[in-house]
Amino acid sequence: MVQFDNVAVRYGRGPEVLQDITFSLPAGSFHFLTGTSGAGKTSLLRLMYLSQRPSRGRVVLFGRDMAVAKRYELPALRRRVGVVFQDFRLLDHLSTLDNVALPLRVSGASESDVRKFVPDLLTWVGLADHLDAKPPTLSGGQKQRVAIARAVIGRPDLLLADEPTGNVDDHIAMRLMYLFEELNKLGTTVVVATHNENLVSRLPYPQIHLEDGRLRKR
Amino acid sequence: MLTRRSDLPLKNDATSRFLPWLVAPMVFLCAVALTSVFILNGLIGRWDRDVSGTLTVEIAAAPGDASVSAERTREKVEQAEQLLNAFPGISAAQALSQDQLIALLAPWLGNSDLLKELPLPALIDVTTDAKSPPDLGALAAKLAQSVPGASLDDHRVWLSRLIGLSRSIEWLAIGIVLLIGCVTSATIFYATRTGMAIHQEVIEVLHLIGAPDDYIARQFADRAFFLGLKGGILGLALTVPTMAGIGVIARRLQGGFLAELSLPITGWAAVLVLPAVAALLAMITARLTVHRVLAHLP
Repeated sequence: MVQFDNVAVRYGRGPEVLQDITFSLPAGSFHFLTGTSGAGKTSLLRLMYLSQRPSRGRVVLFGRDMAVAKRYELPALRRRVGVVFQDFRLLDHLSTLDNVALPLRVSGASESDVRKFVPDLLTWVGLADHLDAKPPTLSGGQKQRVAIARAVIGRPDLLLADEPTGNVDDHIAMRLMYLFEELNKLGTTVVVATHNENLVSRLPYPQIHLEDGRLRKR
Repeated sequence: MLTRRSDLPLKNDATSRFLPWLVAPMVFLCAVALTSVFILNGLIGRWDRDVSGTLTVEIAAAPGDASVSAERTREKVEQAEQLLNAFPGISAAQALSQDQLIALLAPWLGNSDLLKELPLPALIDVTTDAKSPPDLGALAAKLAQSVPGASLDDHRVWLSRLIGLSRSIEWLAIGIVLLIGCVTSATIFYATRTGMAIHQEVIEVLHLIGAPDDYIARQFADRAFFLGLKGGILGLALTVPTMAGIGVIARRLQGGFLAELSLPITGWAAVLVLPAVAALLAMITARLTVHRVLAHLP
């Protein structure tokens, strides 16, 4: 599903923020991505959601070597990846429903499908009463749930979540993790980047641990 | 196309407010330039039709008092008519009557009785055979030799200069239309880039969730089409009364040249289609601009 070989990332002429990263994620696996702030978790996720190209090394996603993939192939690959951004990246001018519907509309789904699936998912994440609300009127936790709903609505093959439980209480955090587990059981490969040690210890999944831009065993 | 849903909040952009007001004068200027092209083309065609296959022979008024001059001039006219009608390549030669001459001069000298007393030159209207036109050099020489005071005018000299000038103006007008198109396109290009800079974050989100470049480009293109059409209709609304006003003024003028200053149906069609052309130009420019900018994203 995901294969990294000696991957490094450098921004401009700065130091390498990721060095010699080698790992693979089998299809259907569930991993935590841990590490202190600045360890390189977000850079690693950016490589996986194709927002960043490696400075060196090889990234293979869904069997496709990104070094040789054509630019026109990338949108289709990105649609197979669901991303929960740390800063949510919701579109403030769109309603909750329209934000969550974006991946479906981008992939050409019909409006009837949008009206059928999106309200159901928003109900599941506890936002049934906020379908028409705009993000600026939502709390941090509600925004986070909208962001998660947007990431999972397209049933992605790979789900990447950057601190998805940072703004919610433990009860909601576990509920969201159960949602990720459900998706994982359906075949989605899940990577959750988190600081939340409690969450990591409560769930039996392996960790990819980063320290100073390098992988460390835990 | 005008009501298609958009993920980008383009309706609230500053470009939405100013773009139609930029496109409107462009369309207005384009319409004026196009109208000039069609009117000039019509005039040239008319002049060409009027004089092709025709010649004029002018016979200077003979000296002497009025009655003697008129008599001698008439003799020369008859002599010239006989010569012309016998010359190969000439279909007909018909002298203009005194009344016809006065009617030709009336727009410039007024319709005064004084004109009838002036020693006016005689004019012979000559129609040539289009299939085997006469040798104009030989005809001019023979006329000069046989009828003193006769001269041949084949209209081509003054007409070719006039046509040359008109054609130059016509090309200039076409150049202006193309230039306006380029300026409009450049305006849309910069407006689209500005819009993309304003909505950079939204575009990035759409890009990251897998929107193809054209999905984003279409939204800008739709908006540009709508704004271009709005500006175009506004420009057309300015053009039609202006053109109608010029038409009314032209019809009031006396004189042979301006009597046919009217826009042909193709000209009206070209002017009326301008808003759609402006909208399409805006749409295509916006779409290509977005593609070009997005090509720099990973």
